[in-house]
Amino acid sequence: MIAAGLSNLGVLAQIAEFTPLDTPEVQWAALLPLLILAGGGVVLLTVSSLVKAMAAPGVNAAATVLVGLASIIACVPVWQRVQDPERGPFTAVGGVIGIDGFSILATGLIAASVILAALLLDDYLRREDIDGVEMYALLLLSASGGVIMASANDLIVMFLGLEALSIAIYVMAAMHRRRIESQEAGFKYFIVGAFSSAFFLYGIAMVYGATGSTNLVEIATFLANNLLLRNGVLMLGMALLLVGFGFKVSAVPFQGWTPDVYQGAPTPVTAFMASAVKVAAFAGLIRVFYLALGTYSLDWKPAIYALAVLSMIIGATFAVVQTDVKRMMAYSSISHAGFVLVAVQAGTEKGVTAAIFYLTSYVFMVAGSFGVISLVGRRGDAAHSLDDYRGLSRSRPGLALAFTVFLLAQAGVPLTSGFVAKFNVIAAAVDARSFWLALIAMLASVIAAVLYLKIIVAMYLTGDDAEADDSVAGPKVSIPLPAAAAIGIAIVATLAIGVLPGYLFEVAGDAVPVLIALP
Amino acid sequence: MSVSTATFAANQPFPMLTIIVVLPALGALVVALVANRRTETARQIAILTTVATAAFAAFVLVAFHGDDTGFQFVTRQTWIDDLGISWALGVDGISLFLVVMTAIIFPISLLAAKPGHDDKAYYAWILILQSGCMGVFLALDLFVFFVFFELVLVPMYFLIGKWGHGDRIHAAMKFFLYTMFGSAFMLVGILATVLLNAKGTGGAITFDLVELAQNQAIATETARWLFLSFAIAFAVKVPMFPVHTWLPDAHTEAPTAGSVILAAVMLKLGTYGFIRFGLFLFPEAAVYFAPLFLTLGVVGIIYGAIVATVQRDLKRLVAYSSIAHLGFIILGIFALNTQGIEGGILQMVNHGVSTGALFILVGWIYERRHTRQIAELKGLQKVAPIFAAAFTLVMLSSIGVPGLNGFVGEFLVLIGAFASARWWAVVAAAGVILAAVYLLWAYQRVFHGTPDDDNADFPELRWHEGLVLLPLIGLIVFMGVYPKPVIERIEPAVVALIDHMEAEVPGFAENGGPTAPEGVELRDVRADDGHATDEEADH
Repeated sequence: MIAAGLSNLGVLAQIAEFTPLDTPEVQWAALLPLLILAGGGVVLLTVSSLVKAMAAPGVNAAATVLVGLASIIACVPVWQRVQDPERGPFTAVGGVIGIDGFSILATGLIAASVILAALLLDDYLRREDIDGVEMYALLLLSASGGVIMASANDLIVMFLGLEALSIAIYVMAAMHRRRIESQEAGFKYFIVGAFSSAFFLYGIAMVYGATGSTNLVEIATFLANNLLLRNGVLMLGMALLLVGFGFKVSAVPFQGWTPDVYQGAPTPVTAFMASAVKVAAFAGLIRVFYLALGTYSLDWKPAIYALAVLSMIIGATFAVVQTDVKRMMAYSSISHAGFVLVAVQAGTEKGVTAAIFYLTSYVFMVAGSFGVISLVGRRGDAAHSLDDYRGLSRSRPGLALAFTVFLLAQAGVPLTSGFVAKFNVIAAAVDARSFWLALIAMLASVIAAVLYLKIIVAMYLTGDDAEADDSVAGPKVSIPLPAAAAIGIAIVATLAIGVLPGYLFEVAGDAVPVLIALP
Repeated sequence: MSVSTATFAANQPFPMLTIIVVLPALGALVVALVANRRTETARQIAILTTVATAAFAAFVLVAFHGDDTGFQFVTRQTWIDDLGISWALGVDGISLFLVVMTAIIFPISLLAAKPGHDDKAYYAWILILQSGCMGVFLALDLFVFFVFFELVLVPMYFLIGKWGHGDRIHAAMKFFLYTMFGSAFMLVGILATVLLNAKGTGGAITFDLVELAQNQAIATETARWLFLSFAIAFAVKVPMFPVHTWLPDAHTEAPTAGSVILAAVMLKLGTYGFIRFGLFLFPEAAVYFAPLFLTLGVVGIIYGAIVATVQRDLKRLVAYSSIAHLGFIILGIFALNTQGIEGGILQMVNHGVSTGALFILVGWIYERRHTRQIAELKGLQKVAPIFAAAFTLVMLSSIGVPGLNGFVGEFLVLIGAFASARWWAVVAAAGVILAAVYLLWAYQRVFHGTPDDDNADFPELRWHEGLVLLPLIGLIVFMGVYPKPVIERIEPAVVALIDHMEAEVPGFAENGGPTAPEGVELRDVRADDGHATDEEADH
């Protein structure tokens, strides 16, 4: 749109006297984090194909990490501007992009996921002989889609973000050319994703039909000022949007693809999917339902309640009976999605804060977990059964300890980020008087604990009896430096948030999304 | 808030309790940094840390003001400002001796047994466990309490799962999941308590125990539900009768130190929770549900005793005896009068000392004979008379023979229960007899008779083993003969608790409990006990 506007400038200049050009005001500075990610992806791809030196090992990964870092740094001034009480949140590009604490935090999280994924990818791609710039470029482009989705102030723009995010990931999932599972994962994700996009788009159409706008602010204003006597179309639209989001956040009953795709995709890509995609999808969900459809919360709350209960219980139960660690983590991610839905279901500021807190903690827990899984998977990315973890505490005590921290965090053990995250979610649910939901959530986390303990048992408690000292030697896992750095960052974040949650709590409180109309 | 930050700063500039909680964890960190093969260094650091912690606990014991009803050595630091959570620790008569007991039990359990393999991790986990246990006993903030209550699961899970015997992984898993299941209810309960309190008072959110207890801003009906949500967590931890099944497995499969700590310290987390958070936070609900818990306590006493009688494994027998003993503690607590609760607290300490010592002795028997089957042991008294003597003394204390510590606690519990819940007390008294049956019978089978070939060269108690046992035996005798200094320090806090309950619960008067028999006067009993004057002074 902008580009077209520019190229037509010459023609327009001639007729400027008759029809004044109405180009939307663009806040370039505020879009910088997004532009760095998107531009970084494109530039990386171009430079890499032109400059030979870029083919040296590690250069692409390093460039990607730098782009991610730059994006995070670019977030800082925008965050300060938004938090300044005199200036506050604002819109960019004619009201379709909302810049508030929420979108900036989501951007930061997605950029952090990019950094972690790039660090994990570096050695992985060489190990698997599929090194190249494509993966990194796609990673950055996908991340920029996620950022657009998280900051969209308009349903159409959100859909664009969703597609940009997803299409890149379809390719990334199928990137491991020689693994049939990877191909299958990419294809499956593509089919299901296209399906969910259709639902989402249809939902947008219905909501547009009911309210006359795709802009979140206008939808909210319309619904606040008009009483719909026959709201069937709106209800259908809401339901379809929820289905679309349900697929993306992998909430039961839309979770069918998750185990296969998480298992089949290259493990660092799974790490990115579980962290960044979840953040972006939940950000979209919260923006649409909490902000735009807030007046109809009595209608969508029961639906989210049901999704939350199903996701938590089915996710946890199915996870327990798996023997493949990657599949286990896939089901556990479904259960975690249920937890975030519990927070969303509260429909309050507290709930949204809890959801943000949970997502932030989860990004590091899950990226770290898949980081360890990626290393233990070794060459071929295939050693993922529980048996492959037997005796890991002997051969790689540090790695086993790191995984233990991530698993305990996911189980919600105190002094890890997972505990405070769960604590906030339960607090939000109790505050909204959803006592039963809170209790179900806690009991589901007990079921889920079995799964994390099973992995810990495999790492620590087998093959090293006092009686049998010639115990299992444990897998010989090599730990490349970048991956170790990624796991280290995740560990530090997980423990720091767990011990001193006050800071993140404040940030999450400042990051509650708001409706931002054009000035 | 009983003690403000300002008075704290004036009275106690040194964060004594924080050190008691944090020091073992720091020790664990140091142990973790020791090279893998230097197991002796790790052991020495671990023992040194626990001894240092014990020294700090001893200081608290000495400096403790016996006639003060409130919390002492209070530390209060803001932790999560937005949620009203602070790092608040304090000690009063109810927790004082539990802290001291924990401080004594840990070094002894370290000295009593070696892990055999992976020493470094073993010591690190035990030290972390000590931090957790101390944190639970000292926490004055519901969030801090819950953090530690949950945190202790992890080290114990590893201790059982990695250094245990037999079906250790199953036992560890069962232990973890049972307890986590219980705490699931408590977390929801804690949050509901805190948020409903804030709504009730219209004030800010606070997790401060004292403030919540004094506000009592929650509707009666709701408070009962909340009490139950706490009670489930505590009942699993104690463990009380229907949810006790994790205990025999965990105790039996755990390594010696694990069993000792589990029995002596960790079971007390639940009973302590009942007093501190059940009775204090929800006095009305505690009175309302007292008959239920009295019944479960009595069922535990009888059930534990009967099942213990038929055990073939000596360690399992001791484990089931714990269920019976903890039934007594529950009975005392829910008698809801001064003697009952005092007896309950005293019995917590006594059970820790006696059962801790029993588990150590059983551990040594296993170490020597590589079996715990009663049928395979015979005539040990002939070959190891000193060992047998030590076992006898500890066993008699566990039975509750007068002159030893067990008697004092059980007696107080029964007096208290008789005053407020006569029929429960009558049935519970039968449990005392049953305890004699199963322990004496087991003793007879293991120690009497002529040793067969397998038992003929059973080694005698070694001098260093004797030294390990000596403090426990000293406590058993001391607290049996002269319990006054202990009871004196417990009493003011318990009286304050009862006063709090009387003030908050309409129609509740001490000894006017669920089945208050007319005319049983507390004062009569108290006068016999010989320190009625102290009690008068407190009022």
